[in-house]
Amino acid sequence: MEGPLDAVDLARWQFGITTVYHYFFVPITIGLSLLVAIMQTRWMQTRDPQWLRLTTFFGKLFTINFALGLVTGIVQEFQFGMNWSDYSRFVGDIFGAPLAIEALLAFFLESTFLGLWLFGWGRIPEKLHAACIWLVHIGTVLSAFFILAANSFMQNPVGYAINQQTGRAELTDFVAVLTNPVQLVTFPHVVSAAWMTGGAFVLAFSLWHLWRDRTPAADRPMYRKGAKLGAWAVIVAAIVVMISGDVQGKVMTDVQPMKMAAAEGLYEDVPEGVGAPFSIITVGTLDGREEIWAVTVPKLLSYLATGSLEGAVEGIDHIQERYELTYAGSELTAAEDYRPVIPVTYWSFRLMMGLGFAGMAIALAVLWALRGRGDEHDETRLVGGRLWAWAGALVLFMPLLANSFGWIFTEMGRQPWLVMGLMTTQTGVSPGTTTAEVLTSLVVFTLLYGALAVVEVGLTLRYGRAGAEPVEADASYDPARRTDDDAFVFTY
Amino acid sequence: MELTTIWFILIAVLWIGYFVLEGFDYGVGALLPVLGRDEAGGAVTGETRRRQMLGAIGPFWDGNEVWLLTAGGATFAAFPHWYATLFSGFYLPLLLILVALIVRGIGLEYRGKVDSTTWRQRMDLMIVAGSALPALLWGVAFTNIVRGVPIDAEMEYVGGFWNLLNPVALLGGLVTLTLFLTHGALFVALKTDGQIRHDARALALRLGTVAAVLAVAWLTVMHLSTGNAASWVLAGLAAVALVAGLAAARGGREGWGFAGTFVTIALATASLFVALFPDVMPSTLDAAWSLTVENAASTQKTLGIMTVVAVVFTPVVLLYQAWTYWTFRRRISGHHIPTEVHHAAVTDETPRPVSAS
Ligand code: HDD
Ligand code: HEM
Ligand code: HEM
Repeated sequence: MEGPLDAVDLARWQFGITTVYHYFFVPITIGLSLLVAIMQTRWMQTRDPQWLRLTTFFGKLFTINFALGLVTGIVQEFQFGMNWSDYSRFVGDIFGAPLAIEALLAFFLESTFLGLWLFGWGRIPEKLHAACIWLVHIGTVLSAFFILAANSFMQNPVGYAINQQTGRAELTDFVAVLTNPVQLVTFPHVVSAAWMTGGAFVLAFSLWHLWRDRTPAADRPMYRKGAKLGAWAVIVAAIVVMISGDVQGKVMTDVQPMKMAAAEGLYEDVPEGVGAPFSIITVGTLDGREEIWAVTVPKLLSYLATGSLEGAVEGIDHIQERYELTYAGSELTAAEDYRPVIPVTYWSFRLMMGLGFAGMAIALAVLWALRGRGDEHDETRLVGGRLWAWAGALVLFMPLLANSFGWIFTEMGRQPWLVMGLMTTQTGVSPGTTTAEVLTSLVVFTLLYGALAVVEVGLTLRYGRAGAEPVEADASYDPARRTDDDAFVFTY
Repeated sequence: MELTTIWFILIAVLWIGYFVLEGFDYGVGALLPVLGRDEAGGAVTGETRRRQMLGAIGPFWDGNEVWLLTAGGATFAAFPHWYATLFSGFYLPLLLILVALIVRGIGLEYRGKVDSTTWRQRMDLMIVAGSALPALLWGVAFTNIVRGVPIDAEMEYVGGFWNLLNPVALLGGLVTLTLFLTHGALFVALKTDGQIRHDARALALRLGTVAAVLAVAWLTVMHLSTGNAASWVLAGLAAVALVAGLAAARGGREGWGFAGTFVTIALATASLFVALFPDVMPSTLDAAWSLTVENAASTQKTLGIMTVVAVVFTPVVLLYQAWTYWTFRRRISGHHIPTEVHHAAVTDETPRPVSAS
C-alpha cells in the first residue's frame, strides 16, 4: 500500500475535495434561504410587488444552489464509512448520534418544506407558504448545529471515556458534546459567515443590475432594495463573525495551542509580559521558519490568543516537544510530527479574515453610494462606474472563499490529528479499502463535481443576468385568482 | 426489549420507509421513456406526459431520499461497526449508487431550468439512469447482507467487488427493480389524468406479473437458506399483497393497487430483516465473526439517547410528510402543463429580454 500516494493521502484528498465543494453550496443555502424568507415576509407586510419579484428571483437562484448542496451532501453522509471506517468504529458511539439527529431533525425539515414552498405557490394559504421558507432556513441552521457538534468533537473531544477493553471512545455526557466550548463559538461563527455569504449573493446580483445601463428605469428601485438588504445583511453578519471569531481564537489557544501557533508561524515561545506581534503579510522561507520581510502589528497575536496584549503564547517547537512526550506511547496517537503544514495554516487564516473584511468594505461602500431616499439623483451615482461592476463581481466570491479558507484552516490546522489528542489521521482510514478503490472514487467525484460546477455556474449566471420576472406572471400566487389549471410556478 | 433490538427494528423501519417511498419515485424516473411517449394521434405530446410524471413526484422525492440519509446516520449512531463494515466493504457499489443519486438529483432539479430539447433529453437520461441503477443495486446489496459475505475476525469485508455480483444477488436486484417499476407505474396511474393514467395502469399489470414471479423465486431462495417461521409468513403475505394489489389495479382501483405494492415492498423488506436478526452482517467465513446486534452496537447510553430522540421526532416527521402528500393529493392532468414554457425557465436560444413592468 505504500507508494507515492497511499490510501491515507488519497482518502484525505477525497475528503478535502468533496467537503470543500459541498461547503460552497452550504453557506449560500443557509444565507439565501434567510434572505428569501425576509423578502417574502417584506412582501406580505408591504404588498409591494417588487419584494415579490425579488423573492421569486432569488428563490430560483436559491434552488439552483440548493440542488448541488443536496446531492453533494449525500456523499458526505456515507464517506465516513467508506474511507474512514476505523475512525467510524472508534468514535461511532459519539459521532454517529449528531449525524443521525441532523438527518432526522434537519434534513427532513429542509427537504419537505422546500418541496412545499416550491410547489405550494397559490396552493397553500399565504402565511403558511411564507412559513415554509422560514422552516427551510431553520432546517439549515439546525443542520449546521448538529454537524458542527460532530466536528467540534474532533477538534476538542469532550463527554467521552475510552473503554479500556475495546479501545473505543464511549459517550458519557451527551449534553457536554452539544455544549462543547468549541461548538458554542463555532456555531455562531459559521452561521453568521453563511448569512454574510447569502447577503453578498443578493448584493452582487442587485448591484450588477443597478449598474447596467439596460436595466429599465422602473426596475431600478427594486434592485436598489435588494442591494441595500444584501449590504445590510453582510455588515450585520460580519460583525457577528468578527466577534465570534475573536472568541474562537481564545478557545482554540486553550484546546489546540498548536493551531494558534501555526496560524502565525510562531516557532518560539513568547513569554508573559512581552506581547506577540501578528503579521499581516510575511515573505519567508518555505516552511515559514525564516522571515525575510513582514508587515506586523505589535502585540495583536497575544490579544487574539489570550485577550491580553501581553499574554504568553506558546511556540510551535515547544508544543512539538510536549506532544512527543505525551503522545508517543500509543499507536493511535504516535506521530513523528505534530505540526500542521505551516504555510497553509498561515495563509488560510489571513485569507479568511482579509476576504471577509474586504467584502464588508464593499458592502459599506454600496450603502454609502445608495444613501438617501432613492430618488433619481442617487441612482445616477452607480451609472457608468465600471468599478461597481467589479465590486459586484468580487463581493460575490469574497465571503464564499473566506468560508472555504476558514475550513481549510480549521481542518488543516488540526492535522496530524483526526480527533485531537486521541487518534491521528493515519490510523482512521479504512484498512480493507484498496488504493485502487479510493483512487477510482477520487477521480470519479472530482470529474463529476467539475462538470457539475460548470453547469451550476452557467445556470446561476444565466438566471442572475436575466433578472427578476415581471410581476404580472406571478398573479398565480394569489390563491383567489388561481384556477385549477394553473401551472406549477417552479415546475420541472 | 433490549435497546439493541429496538434499534434493529428502527433501522428496518427506516429502510422500509425509504423503499416504499423512494421506490415509487425511482420507478417513475426510470419509466420516463416508456410512459412519456407521444400519444397516438398526437393529442398529447411525450413532453407533456413526462412533465406530468415529474410533476407527480416533484414535491416528494427529496423528502423521500432523506429516509436513506436517516437510515445511514442511524446505522452509524446505533451500530457503528455495521456502518463501517458495510460502507467500506461495499465500496464500489456504493460509489455507483452515490453517483446515480447525484446525477438523478441534478436531472430532476435542472431539467426545467433551460428551455431546449437537447437539454431536456440529457436531463431525462440522467434521471432514468440515476433512478434505475439504485433500484437495482439496493436489491443486490440487501441480498448479500442477508445471505452473508466474507468478513474476517477484524470485522473487515474481504470479498472484493465481483463476489457481490453473485446470481442470487443479481436476481434480488431484478426483484427490487421490477417491484419499484410497478410501484412507480401505479403511482403515475394514481396521480395523473388522461390517457397516461390508463397506459400506466396497463404497464403496471405487465410489470407486476414479472415482478411477482421473480420475487417469489428470490424470496424462496432467500428464506430457504436463512429464513425462520416468521420471515416465511411475512414473505408469504408480501406475495399475497402483490397479487391482491394487481387484481385491484386491474379492476380500475389504482389507490388499492398502489397500496398493494406499498405493502408488498414493506413486508418483503421486513421479512429480510426478520431473517437477518440477530445478525446484522453474517460472515460466511466463520459464524463467530458475524456482526450482530450485540457486537456491532453502540453503548446503552447512546442507544438510550437516540431512542428518546427517535420517539419524539419521528411522529412529527411522519405528520408533516403526510401533510405534504395531502396538500399535493390532486391528479395532474395534461392541461396543468403549460404548452409554452412558463416564466420558470430561461430559453436556451435567446437571452431573456428583461421586461419592464
Ligand atoms: C464531521 C466531521 C467534519 C466536518 C463537519 C468537517 N470536516 Fe473537515 N475533515 C474531517 C471531518 C469533518 C475529517 C474526517 O476529520 C478529515 C478527513 C481527513 C482528515 O484528515 O480529517 C477532514 C479533512 C478536511 C480537509 C482536508 C485536510 C487534510 O486532509 O489534510 C479539509 C480541507 C476539510 N476537512 C474541510 C472541511 C470543510 C470545508 C468542512 C465544512 C463542511 C469540513 N471540513 C467539515
Ligand atoms: C462532513 C460533514 C457533513 C455531512 C456528513 C453532511 C451531510 C449532508 C447531507 C446528507 C445533505 C443533504 C440533505 C438533503 O437531502 O437535503 C447536506 C446538506 C446540507 N448541509 Fe451538509 N454535511 C456536512 C457538512 C456540513 C456542514 C459543516 C454544514 C454547516 C455548517 C452543513 C450544512 C448543510 C446544509 C445547510 C445543507 C442543506 C442545504 C443544501 O442541500 O444545499 N453541512 N449535508
Ligand atoms: C475578524 C475576523 C475573523 C476572525 C478573528 C476569525 C477567527 C476564526 C478562527 C480562530 C477560526 C478557527 C476555529 C478553530 O479551528 O477552532 C475560524 C474558522 C472559520 N472561519 Fe473565521 N474568523 C474571522 C472572519 C471570518 C470570515 C469573514 C468568514 C467567512 C465569511 C469566516 C469563516 C470561517 C469558517 C467557515 C471557519 C471554519 C469553521 C469554524 O471552525 O468555525 N471567518 N475563524
